[in-house]
Amino acid sequence: MSNNKPEWLKPLIYAISFFVALFAIEATFSLEYITKWIWHIFLLSGVIILLRQKELRVLRLFILAFVPYLVAALLSDLIQLISKDYFIKWDNYIDSAKTLTLIWMAAILFSHNRQSKIAEKERIKRKLEDELNKVIAVRKDELEALVAERTAELLAQKEELENTLADLRNTQSQLIQSEKMASLGELTAGIAHEIQNPLNFVNNFSELNTELMAELKEEIDNGNFEEVKAIALDIINNEKKIMHHGKRADGIVKSMLNHSRSSSVEKEPTDINELADEYLRLTYHGIRAKDKSFNATIKTYFDESIGLVNVIPQDIGRVILNLLTNAFFAVKEKKNSLTYPIAEGEPVKENKDDYEPTVSISTRVIGAALGTKLGGNRVEIRVSDNGNGIPHHILKKIFQPFFTTKPTGHGTGLGLSLSYDIITKGHGGELKVETKEGKGCTFIIRLPKI
Amino acid sequence: MKILVVDDEKDVQFLFEQRFRKEIKSGEMEILFAFSGEEALAFMKKHEHEAVLILSDINMPGMSGLELLKHIKEKYEKPPPIVMMITAYGDDENYDYAMKLGADDFLTKPLDFTSLKEKLKTRIV
Repeated sequence: MSNNKPEWLKPLIYAISFFVALFAIEATFSLEYITKWIWHIFLLSGVIILLRQKELRVLRLFILAFVPYLVAALLSDLIQLISKDYFIKWDNYIDSAKTLTLIWMAAILFSHNRQSKIAEKERIKRKLEDELNKVIAVRKDELEALVAERTAELLAQKEELENTLADLRNTQSQLIQSEKMASLGELTAGIAHEIQNPLNFVNNFSELNTELMAELKEEIDNGNFEEVKAIALDIINNEKKIMHHGKRADGIVKSMLNHSRSSSVEKEPTDINELADEYLRLTYHGIRAKDKSFNATIKTYFDESIGLVNVIPQDIGRVILNLLTNAFFAVKEKKNSLTYPIAEGEPVKENKDDYEPTVSISTRVIGAALGTKLGGNRVEIRVSDNGNGIPHHILKKIFQPFFTTKPTGHGTGLGLSLSYDIITKGHGGELKVETKEGKGCTFIIRLPKI
Repeated sequence: MKILVVDDEKDVQFLFEQRFRKEIKSGEMEILFAFSGEEALAFMKKHEHEAVLILSDINMPGMSGLELLKHIKEKYEKPPPIVMMITAYGDDENYDYAMKLGADDFLTKPLDFTSLKEKLKTRIV
């Protein structure tokens, strides 16, 4: 036990000096019969002092190891002093007892030594552990600081990403709106034509009626009432025509406004055939106004039995417009890609003159979707063209946003993806495509009737 | 004189019939109607050389007025009928193309019936 306390040092030095002095006296003057008593007193009192020290509690066993021998030595000397005869008589026993105490002392010391070695090992281990813990603590602090730093960085990045996401969402909705506007732009020419026609009729018939009124007055003056009746009937019929064409123009403007409106979630019973026909005319005239030389055969097969279907009319109109625009674009592309026969007898894949660009739209009632327990018929709208079809490798991508085969600036790439969302998410229906390369393709919309 | 009016708008018939009521009544004019280019061609095949004057709209679904014009001018060589084009868009491109194909006149909607009447009368004479 190392003890650096200064109050221990002084008594220790005194004790050692006393030892040395006692040895010296003993050796020089042969005063063993006196000094042994001093040894006894000194050693026993030393042991008692040491045992009473609280700090040395751990060493108690070590100190106690000496006690039996010291006591035995003292008793042996005492017996010798009191009665020499008695001592001689019991000498063997006393010696054995002394030996036993020595063995006892050796055993205790040996065991103590072992224990203290283990304790020392333990101590070193604990010290190492402490040092390791200290290092770990320092490391932990460093790591925590690093983690805090990284967390702050990550938070900043997260915030940045959130901002970017918000920006993207914003841009997306702007793009959707601009897609609507772009398709409106495609419609403009068609709309102009569709409005111009009824307006012409309104102008023509009202002009006609003005003249008829003058004639009517004339005939009244002449008293020719047969003629008056005939003219009046004409006027009434013309007035009906004016009303009819006025309403037609009104309807076109309304559907145009509906088309550009940002969003509406109102579903209403809609005549799908009428809607399809209206958008077919708008699309066709729109394309014709842009490309005068373009022409296509249009086939319509409207199933009158489909009745009214609960849909958002402008949304379904937008889908039909998109599919028809694509169909017209496809037949136009094919026509442009074909060539006229060069020389007679030369084999030609397909003659430009023989190709008849055809776009068709049809409606029909079909049964409920497979796997649906509740019955309920569905309405199917098919938009077909005899263009070049969709190549197999891009077929999977056509409903993806921003995918387009048109040159930059000619398509937003949102048309079909928006259409897909409108049909599936907006109306619980399905939008499918069937295509054969070089032969054309058909888009199929299926909507639940309820 | 027989006039064939080609337009996909059916009300055109009522308009012409009333506008030319007097002429029709007096037998001065006979106006026939076709509502598509295809119908007009079919009619002309059936009644060859009956119509002396054709008034055709340009923007029609299916066969356009310009195609009809092309067909007529190519097929009916000896006295080709007079073809007047009518369009809602009076653009140069349509005009040039119609003239190249041999159109006899080019009118824009809304029709000015007074001038049309005069044009028809001078054409026939």
